[in-house]
Amino acid sequence: MISSILVYGLVNSVILALIAIGFSLTFGISGVANFAYGALYLLSGYLTWMLLKYAGLPLALAVPTTIAIVGLLGFLIYWIILLRVRGIVLSEVIATFALGVGMLEFFRWKGFVTYEFTLPYFKKGMMLIAGVPVDYQRLFIIGIGLALVLFLYFFTHHTRIGWSFRGIAQNERTAISLGIESDWTAALSLAFGSAMAAVAAISILPLGIISINMGYDVLLIAVAVGIVGGLESVPGILVASLILGYAQIITSMYLSAEWMMVVYLAAIVLVLAIKPSGLFGKFKELEERV
Amino acid sequence: MTVRYRKERLDRGIKARCEDMFALSSYREMLYLLLPRVLPVVALLTFPLLKGVVGLYWEKVLVITCAIGLLALSWDLMASVGLVSLGQALFFGAGAYLTGFLNNSLGWPCFLTIPCGTVGGALFCTFLLLPVLRLRGVYFAIVTLTLPLLLTRFIEASKILGGNQGLSALSPLPNIWFEIYVPVLAVLVCLFGFRRLINEDYGLVLQGIRDNDLAVMSGAINIYKFKAQAVFIGGVAGAFAGAFMTHYYQFVGMPAFALDYSILPLTCAVLGGVGAFAGPTLGAFILVPLSEALRAFGTLRVVFYSAILIICIVGLPEGIFHYIQRKYHQFERMVEVG
Repeated sequence: MISSILVYGLVNSVILALIAIGFSLTFGISGVANFAYGALYLLSGYLTWMLLKYAGLPLALAVPTTIAIVGLLGFLIYWIILLRVRGIVLSEVIATFALGVGMLEFFRWKGFVTYEFTLPYFKKGMMLIAGVPVDYQRLFIIGIGLALVLFLYFFTHHTRIGWSFRGIAQNERTAISLGIESDWTAALSLAFGSAMAAVAAISILPLGIISINMGYDVLLIAVAVGIVGGLESVPGILVASLILGYAQIITSMYLSAEWMMVVYLAAIVLVLAIKPSGLFGKFKELEERV
Repeated sequence: MTVRYRKERLDRGIKARCEDMFALSSYREMLYLLLPRVLPVVALLTFPLLKGVVGLYWEKVLVITCAIGLLALSWDLMASVGLVSLGQALFFGAGAYLTGFLNNSLGWPCFLTIPCGTVGGALFCTFLLLPVLRLRGVYFAIVTLTLPLLLTRFIEASKILGGNQGLSALSPLPNIWFEIYVPVLAVLVCLFGFRRLINEDYGLVLQGIRDNDLAVMSGAINIYKFKAQAVFIGGVAGAFAGAFMTHYYQFVGMPAFALDYSILPLTCAVLGGVGAFAGPTLGAFILVPLSEALRAFGTLRVVFYSAILIICIVGLPEGIFHYIQRKYHQFERMVEVG
């Protein structure tokens, strides 16, 4: 019992972190809350599925193609829509929200809701960890989650684009005066966030059937983890996913699986009501949230 | 060397005469002021009388339009304090479930349940939002987006209030005139009431909070009190829509918190024009009949609302109402740029 809570709680936490990191990256850099995130996540799932089924690509080729296409789409969303309403928070939120809802309901209308929509495991089979059976896909998820966090750290600390990301996030005006293009960086941040949604989708979706409502759930998860941890801090996200991940598994063990979503939602409302900056968010508290 | 022009806008003479001098000297001037206000009211009040001509179906559409219009009005009132909501379904659902509960469990008649559901639902939402009223912009939007979902999941998981099935077989409304005229009157009362409210001193404080809350705070005004009151007033309008529709459908269930009741009022407000209450109402009267006409397309309608939202946000940020108002009051001409 205890060991299965520990193992599955960890897997669940990594899943949450994987989902949340793209949303949080975009928000931390450009201040755009990408409410189309859940839709992009699902889109990556369907795109991979279609590439595998109709184009007949092998998985190793379909995955990078999907990530590239979804990343490009994120870039275009900024360049075509958000650039025109930049700085008007209300319009940004409504535009991305509408885009997300529109995409999800379009999928629903096209009938992407049946049982045939599943992605393949990277590798079938399972192994025992501390007496608990865990399949390889879940281990891959843990590996990918760790790799992504490490990649993000090195990317933002050791590359030019990463530096400009951090520059814009810390102080936009100073960054502009040093020759960093604000719009270009923000568009790239949206592209990166979307590409991460694709990575998360491709590694997590094989665990179940792709369903439309998952798009809304993913958005909620991303928001919940981001809010609890503080929307702009990577350590905050990791801690928050651990807290929420374990809280969820424990809830589903002792109450029932239906209460799992209530955990997130209650966490969002509680944290925003008590400590709006999140557990680890430090700056931006005064002028933006309260 | 090409000659370049720019567009110049000037107030019409009749506007200056009617609005600045307060001495109306002809029927034309009186009509100029009265027509835009009286015409929609008369049209709304006579439409139910044409029941035999337009058919019962479109009278039903009118009722739904009024419900969505009320939600859009409540959205606009909250937006004029700077509280941008992505979840008007919260108010709708709260009013609907409370009314359903009072009718189903306690057996109260609808003359009691609708007022109680309206006030009780609005109070419930106000208390629920009280701790998060200090949040701004995106953060308030996130909370309002999650609250209806939270309540849905809560009802689903705890199986109270009928759980997944909802409460059905509620008592119907007394007669068809009541059914049609009550929502129409409610929309008119809210529309003109809110317009009056926002132009009073009270409304100026609300708008001040939206524009610069720190400045209002430094005027020794408790902004949270005003925000809570605004949420309550908006909540009454939204919860009334829910309370009324519960008896209208004789059913309340999960769909009361559905995304439709959040995104449709928002689309109406953005399409019609934010900030002047007439805009969201106009938006509702354009969008809801249109969406009824498109009922055959199923969920594609939501895609269609989303497309309208994006196009309006990017291309027509002022909204239809402000556009029409400008054309009515001003004329445009091209002037040579020297």
